Amino acid sequence: MAKHDTPMLDQLESGPWPSFVSDLKEQAERRAKNEEGVEFQIPSDVCEDLLGVLELSFKHGRTHWKHGGIVGVFGYGGGVIGRYCDQPERFSGVAHFHTMRVAQPGGKFYTTDFLRDLMKLWDFRGSGITNMHGSTGDIIFLGTTTPQLEEIFFELTHNLNQDLGGSGSNLRTPADCIGSARCEWSCYDTQALCYYLTEEYQDELHRPAFPYKFKFKFDGCPNCCVASIARADISFIGTWKDDIKIDQEAVQGYIGGEFLPNGGAYTGRDWGPFDIAKEVIDLCPTDCMWMEDGKLKIETKECTRCMHCINVMPRALRIGDDRGLSMLVGAKAPILDGAQMGSLLVPFVKVEEPYDEIKEVIENMWDWWMEEGKNRERIGELMKRQGFQKLLSVTGIKPDARHVQEPRTNPYIFWNEDEVEGGWERDVDEYRKDHQR
Amino acid sequence: MPTVEFMGQNFTVDEDGFIDSFENWNEEWVQWVKKEEGIEELTDEHKKVIEVLQDYYRKNGIAPMVRVLSKVTGFKLKHIYELFPSGPGKGACKMAGLPKPTGCV
Repeated sequence: MAKHDTPMLDQLESGPWPSFVSDLKEQAERRAKNEEGVEFQIPSDVCEDLLGVLELSFKHGRTHWKHGGIVGVFGYGGGVIGRYCDQPERFSGVAHFHTMRVAQPGGKFYTTDFLRDLMKLWDFRGSGITNMHGSTGDIIFLGTTTPQLEEIFFELTHNLNQDLGGSGSNLRTPADCIGSARCEWSCYDTQALCYYLTEEYQDELHRPAFPYKFKFKFDGCPNCCVASIARADISFIGTWKDDIKIDQEAVQGYIGGEFLPNGGAYTGRDWGPFDIAKEVIDLCPTDCMWMEDGKLKIETKECTRCMHCINVMPRALRIGDDRGLSMLVGAKAPILDGAQMGSLLVPFVKVEEPYDEIKEVIENMWDWWMEEGKNRERIGELMKRQGFQKLLSVTGIKPDARHVQEPRTNPYIFWNEDEVEGGWERDVDEYRKDHQR
Repeated sequence: MPTVEFMGQNFTVDEDGFIDSFENWNEEWVQWVKKEEGIEELTDEHKKVIEVLQDYYRKNGIAPMVRVLSKVTGFKLKHIYELFPSGPGKGACKMAGLPKPTGCV
């Protein structure tokens, strides 16, 4: 018999999609039976009380978690999100219900051994409930009590060789697409760069020293499978400089129907036979492709590397060999002054260990933002407030046509005094000699 | 809210151990937090951080940004963590009697 009646949540057990309610109930039952004889360190009915408080929220249409919560582990300023229920007597199992962020491996590849060890620890010292994964990338342990935090941290670091993720006004946990591990379009090793920079900036990740949060995300190509352009203060997006490699025989394979376009992604409906003119050449945003003597041609210098033709004909078209990445800066959610996506700062940089060129841009940006950023001002907002030109000057990057989508349309153009002959110091009496009042 | 009795004083605190009001702060509170936060000995440097936080809070009604705290005290962030293992927010602000840090933490 469940501890609380949950008539509304019970409805969410029907339907085809995996039900989080059924899963929570299963976990509640597993803890109640405790066949493995675990000495649970937090209330064994935590899952039942979570369902109970959630049902109450469904009934009221309001949250039942108190405001904020400041807990953590010694030495770090973040990594744990404290949370307390506002009905602790009724739902004592979730009176404390803190979330721990655990750093995840690149591309989120796991062995079952590792996951089993994590879950053994979490069953013992936490609720056994997780989020795989948080939007930023972390493994999320959902629900434990304050006294368990240091215990879990000790186990994670000493026995699982695993650290916490980031939270607060600091560098948050970086995340990447799977990159070269399983994708032929990856223009650099996203996992290597993500891992390297995560290690390099551990101090910035664990001890908040910034005006506000700061995120890195690494995409192997402009398809942006980790959505860096929308969800990272600096997004690292792979690209190439030379020609797209064309396998003309495979192009014929697509035209002849031997290969399915888009890797067969649209086979759920009859779209007619593949038409290379209609589906590739006419859709190219810069119109830089054509057929000549039965061969597909691409004018590389007009190509913006949007990925469309490669996405449609993956067996025939491949990314170039002169590879690197672009850095875009300033993406953020709407609060405070409106949503932003990343703006192009570095059009192309080679990705080579020890990544000095990339680190220089990052650190120059941080120096500027840490000095000039207001309390809780994202770097995207500082860019708006002080201007893109300021970002260029602090990073030592020369203005380039690629930095804008279009030139400004207003004439409120600021000049530095030293750019103007004679400077700003003028004497009105001198002016009056030629222009009477 | 729970109360704490320590060295003959009563303090009202929240779940995270932050004092209910800056007005109720006193020297005994510092001793209590010192025990809670794993600080062995209170040095002049600890006191300096607390003074700076309190002065700033009295003048501005908010806690200073980490950078401002570093600048005014002359202590690098690393040193502040050496003094207060939980960091400037959970450690130093709590000891100084400032309100609990809020926002997306």
